[in-house]
Amino acid sequence: MKSTPLLFLNVIIIATCGLIYELLAATVSSYVLGDSVTQFSLIIGVYLFAMGVGSYLSRFIDKNVAEKFVDIELAVAVIGGLSAPLLFLTFAYVSYFGMVLYTTVFIIGTLVGLEIPLLMRILQDKLDFKELVSRVLALDYVGALVASLLFPIFLVPQLGLNRTSLVFGMLNAGVGIWATWLLEPIISRRRLTILRVKGFVVIVVLTIALIKADSLTTLAEDGLFVDNIVYAKSSSYQRIVITRGRMGHSLFLNGNLQFSSFDEYRYHEALVHPAFAAYKGEPKRILVLGGGDGLALREILKYKSIESVDLVDLDPMMTELSRSLPALGELNQHSFNDPRVKVTNADAFVWLDRTDAEPFDIAIIDFPDPNNFALGKLYTTRFYNLLKPKLAPGAAVVVQCTSPLIARKSFWSVMKTLEASGFYVRPFQTTVPSFGIWGYALAKLEPFEIPQKPPPNIELRFLNDITFASMFEFSADTSKPSEELETNRLDNQALVRYYETEWRRVEQ
Amino acid sequence: MTLSRRELLSTFLGAPIAFAACRNGTMRRFPEGQIVGQSEALGHVLRENRTFEVPPDNWESKKVAIVGAGVAGLAAAWQLEREGFNDIVVLELEKTAGGTSLSSKGDPVGYPWAAHYLPVPFRENTELISLIEEMGLVEGRDAGGDIVVKEQYLCRDPEERVFYKGRWYDGLYLHVGESEDDKRQFVEFQRQIDHWVNWRDPAGRRAFVVPSVTCSNDAEVTALDKISFADWMHQHGLTSERLLWYCDYACRDDYGLKLDQTSAWAGLFYFCSRVRTSGVESQPFITFPEGNGRFVDHFLSRIGEHVRRSFMAVSIVPNDKGVDVICLNDGVVRGVHCEKIIFASPVFTAPYLIRGFRDDPPFAASEFQHNAWFVANLLLKDRPKQRFPKDFPMAWDNVLYESPSLGYVTATHQSGIDYGPTVLTYYYPMCHEEGGRTKLFNYEWRDLADVCLTDVARPHPDIYELTTRLDIMRWGHAMISPRPGFIHSGIREKAMKPYRNIHFAHTDLSGIALFEEAFYHGLRAAREVLTIETPRP
Repeated sequence: MKSTPLLFLNVIIIATCGLIYELLAATVSSYVLGDSVTQFSLIIGVYLFAMGVGSYLSRFIDKNVAEKFVDIELAVAVIGGLSAPLLFLTFAYVSYFGMVLYTTVFIIGTLVGLEIPLLMRILQDKLDFKELVSRVLALDYVGALVASLLFPIFLVPQLGLNRTSLVFGMLNAGVGIWATWLLEPIISRRRLTILRVKGFVVIVVLTIALIKADSLTTLAEDGLFVDNIVYAKSSSYQRIVITRGRMGHSLFLNGNLQFSSFDEYRYHEALVHPAFAAYKGEPKRILVLGGGDGLALREILKYKSIESVDLVDLDPMMTELSRSLPALGELNQHSFNDPRVKVTNADAFVWLDRTDAEPFDIAIIDFPDPNNFALGKLYTTRFYNLLKPKLAPGAAVVVQCTSPLIARKSFWSVMKTLEASGFYVRPFQTTVPSFGIWGYALAKLEPFEIPQKPPPNIELRFLNDITFASMFEFSADTSKPSEELETNRLDNQALVRYYETEWRRVEQ
Repeated sequence: MTLSRRELLSTFLGAPIAFAACRNGTMRRFPEGQIVGQSEALGHVLRENRTFEVPPDNWESKKVAIVGAGVAGLAAAWQLEREGFNDIVVLELEKTAGGTSLSSKGDPVGYPWAAHYLPVPFRENTELISLIEEMGLVEGRDAGGDIVVKEQYLCRDPEERVFYKGRWYDGLYLHVGESEDDKRQFVEFQRQIDHWVNWRDPAGRRAFVVPSVTCSNDAEVTALDKISFADWMHQHGLTSERLLWYCDYACRDDYGLKLDQTSAWAGLFYFCSRVRTSGVESQPFITFPEGNGRFVDHFLSRIGEHVRRSFMAVSIVPNDKGVDVICLNDGVVRGVHCEKIIFASPVFTAPYLIRGFRDDPPFAASEFQHNAWFVANLLLKDRPKQRFPKDFPMAWDNVLYESPSLGYVTATHQSGIDYGPTVLTYYYPMCHEEGGRTKLFNYEWRDLADVCLTDVARPHPDIYELTTRLDIMRWGHAMISPRPGFIHSGIREKAMKPYRNIHFAHTDLSGIALFEEAFYHGLRAAREVLTIETPRP
C-alpha cells in the first residue's frame, strides 16, 4: 500500500463530511419544522443510531474491502451531497417531508457508519491494533471538530445550505477517487477502472446539481437576504421566499419583506384592533383583503362574537403555505383551520366587483405596498367605491398604507383617496422595528371619534391604553404635507408614482 | 400566393425583423385560429351588375330604411327612435351589426375587432353626451360644466408603453436616449400644437374640434389640407427621428396612413381636436374591454328589433313615390318600399348600389378612398413574462417602435384583471404597400398569423406557448383616407346633400374615421329625414 499517512487524511475528510450531513439535515428540518431542540435531538439520535447499524453491517463485508470502501464513499457523496437540495424540493410538499427527512438521514448515517470500520480493516495489516484505534478514532473526532466549526462560521453564511451540501458531496467523491490510487495495489486492474469511471460520473452529477441549485435559490437571492432561505418558489403571481435567521422567520413577496416573526405582532395588533375598537357593538362578519399569511386572522379570531371571516387573497400558494407550513401555522395559530374562516383566492379588485357576499361589519385591508400598477389599483377611489356597498351600517375599515416617514406623500395620498371615496378617515401609525414607522388608515362611512383604548378582555402583547392612544398622533416629519396631493384613481395611478419616487430614495 | 416566409415577413415587418426571424430558424408551433368576419365575397356580388327580381310576396313597406348597421346607421336609428319615429328598418350585410366598432364576447372579457375608445366629448357636443349619459357612464358635472365620466370607464393608467431596442418604456413618445435637439424639437412641436389649440377664427370657431363640421373653414386652416403632414413638419424644421416616428404613428393609428400620405390638416386634427386649451391634458379616453362594441350593444338594446342582419342591399331604386331597396337575404331576394333612405354604407359603394347614380353622379364617389387593415385577436392563457425587472409593465396600448404594426391593446386592462388569461388585439394597417387591399385578401390565415406572431414575439418570445387561439379579421375598407387635398376639396359637402330621397350618413363624409363623426352624420341624416317633407305625388 502506498502512503498510509494520506489515508489518515482521508479519515479527517470523511469525518468532516459525515458531521456536515448531519448538521445540514438538522438545520433544514429545524428551519422547516421549527422547534430546533427537538429537530437537532431527533436528527442526531437517528443519525448516530444509523451509524451503529452501519458499523454492525460492516461485518457482512468479507471480500474486496477496499473496493467496497470506494463504492460507499461514492454512495455517501451522491446521497449526502444531494441531501439538502432534495430536502428543499420535498419541502414544497410538506406532508412527505418528515418521511423523506428521516429516511435520508438514516441512509447517510448507515453509509457513514460503514466507512470507519472498513477503513480500519484496510489498515489493520499496516499497524498494530493499539496504534490503529488510537489514530483513526482521534482523527475521526478532529474531523468532527473541523465540521462543527466550519458549518456555522463559514459554510452556512457563505455557501448556504444547498451549496454546502453539494460541495461536501464532491469532497466525499474526491476521497473515493483518491482512494483508488492509494489502494491501487489491493484492487484488481479492471475494477479500478470501473471505480474511477463511477467516481467521475458522481462528480459530474454533483457539478450539474451545483449549477442547478442556483436556480432553486439563486445566488442573487442568497445575496439579497441576510438570513438563510428556507423556502423559495414562484407562484403564478409572485416570488415567495421565506427565510430563517436568529430573529425567526421572515416572509418576502417579490423581495419585499411582509413580516418578520419577531415583531410581526406589533404590526398585526395595530392593523386589527383599532377597527374593532371603533366598531360599536359586536362584530359578526369580517372581511380580510390580502393577509394571506393568516397573521391578521390570528388577531381577528381573538374576538368571540365573530361568526365568519372571509379572506380574499390573490395567491393560492400563499394561503396554502400559511395553512400547511408548520412554522407559519404556528405563527398564525392555525387560523386557516378555524371553521369560521373562508378563503377565496382572487384578485380583491375583481372579487369586490363580482361578489354577492352579504355586507361586512369590519374590513381589514392588508395588501402589499403599491409598488406596481396591479397593486396600485387596490388603493384607488374605484376600489374603495367597490368596497362601500359591501359594508354594513357602522362598519369599520382599516387599510395598511406604507410608511408615513419614508413615503409620506404616498401615505397621505391614500388618506385623501379614502376621503374622496366618501370615508371619514383617522390615520394612525406605529413602530415595527423590521419595517420602521408604519402607517394605517382607520375609516368609516360616518363621522366617528378616535377610539381611545383597545377593546377590553383581548390578550395583547403590544397594545396597551397608552400605546393605543398614541398611535393616532403624528410627528412633524410624518404629518400631512402642506402641498396638495393627488387622489389615487385608476386613470392616474398617482400613488404608484409617489411610492416609486419615495422608496427609490432609500433603496439605492 | 407563393411567397417565401422571408419575403412575407419582409413585406409586412421590414427586412431586419424578417431576417432576424428567419435566422433563428425553425417555425414554431402555431395556435388554432381562422379568418373571421367580413363577407368580402358577398360584397363583390355588387360589382357583377346582376339584376334582382323581387317576388311580389317579398315586398314590405317602411317609412325609412337605413342601409348599413355601423355606428352611423345605428346612431341614425337610435335618433329616430328617440324622436318617436319607429317605422324603420336597418339593413346590414354582415351577420353582426357594428361596422368597425365590432367586438366579440369572451372570457374573462370581450375584445374589439377595430375601434376601441372614445375621447370624452367637450361639453359643447351635447348629442354625444346625451348618448353616454343614457348609457350611465356619467357621474356628474364639474364646476366648469364638463361631464365627469365614472372612473371605471376612463382608460386605466398606464395607458401606453413603447417597445424600443428590446426594452419597454413608459408612454408613447420615446424619451429615452433623447438628444438636446430632440428635446428642443419636441417642445417646438408642442408649441405648434398649442398654437392651433388656442387658435380661433373671427367667428370664434376652433381650427380643430369634434365634430369636424364645426371646425373653422378659414383659409389659414384649410390651407393645411393642401400639404402632407410630413411636409408640414419639414416646413417647421421638425426633423427629429423620434418625433417623426411619433407623428407617423399617430397617422397610422388614426388614419391608417403614413406621415407623407396624410393631410397636414388631418395630422393636426389628431393632436389638437381633443385639447380644450394649451397646457391642459387632452381629453381622457372612455374605453371598455370590448372597445366600442359597448356602444353598439347599447344602440342595439334600443333599436335592435329594427336591425336585419345578413340583409345585403343590392340595389337602391329612387322613384316618384320614394325609394325601393332590394336586398339579398340568404339567397332570397326581398324588397322594401320606403319614403327615404339613410345611406350609411361607405360612400364608395353608392355608384354600385344606387340606380342612376352613375348616369348623373352628384359627386365623384371614387374620391372617397379607403385603406385596408388586418386585426388579430390573440387569446392568451396567461400573461407574457416580464423579461427585465426595469421594463415598464403591460399597459392598455402596447406599441412597437420598430414595427409597421400598431402593436396591441390588452382587453383585460380596463377591468383590472391583471393575472391569468387575457386577449391581445393586434392592429396592422396596410399603408406601407401599394395595392394593400388586394394583397391582403390574397394572404392566408397562416401568413397573417405568422406576421402577427413574429412581430409580437420580439417583445414576448413566450407568445407561441401562451396563445391558445389567434383569429384574424381582414378589413378591406377600414377607414376613409384623409389624403392631402381631400377634406377641403368640397366633395364632402356635396355628398352630405340628399340625393333623390337618399341621405348619406357615414364617417367618410368627415374625411376621417371616428366614432364621433359617424355618430354626428347618423344624427344629421336622421334629423334631415324628419324635417324635410317627403314629396308626395
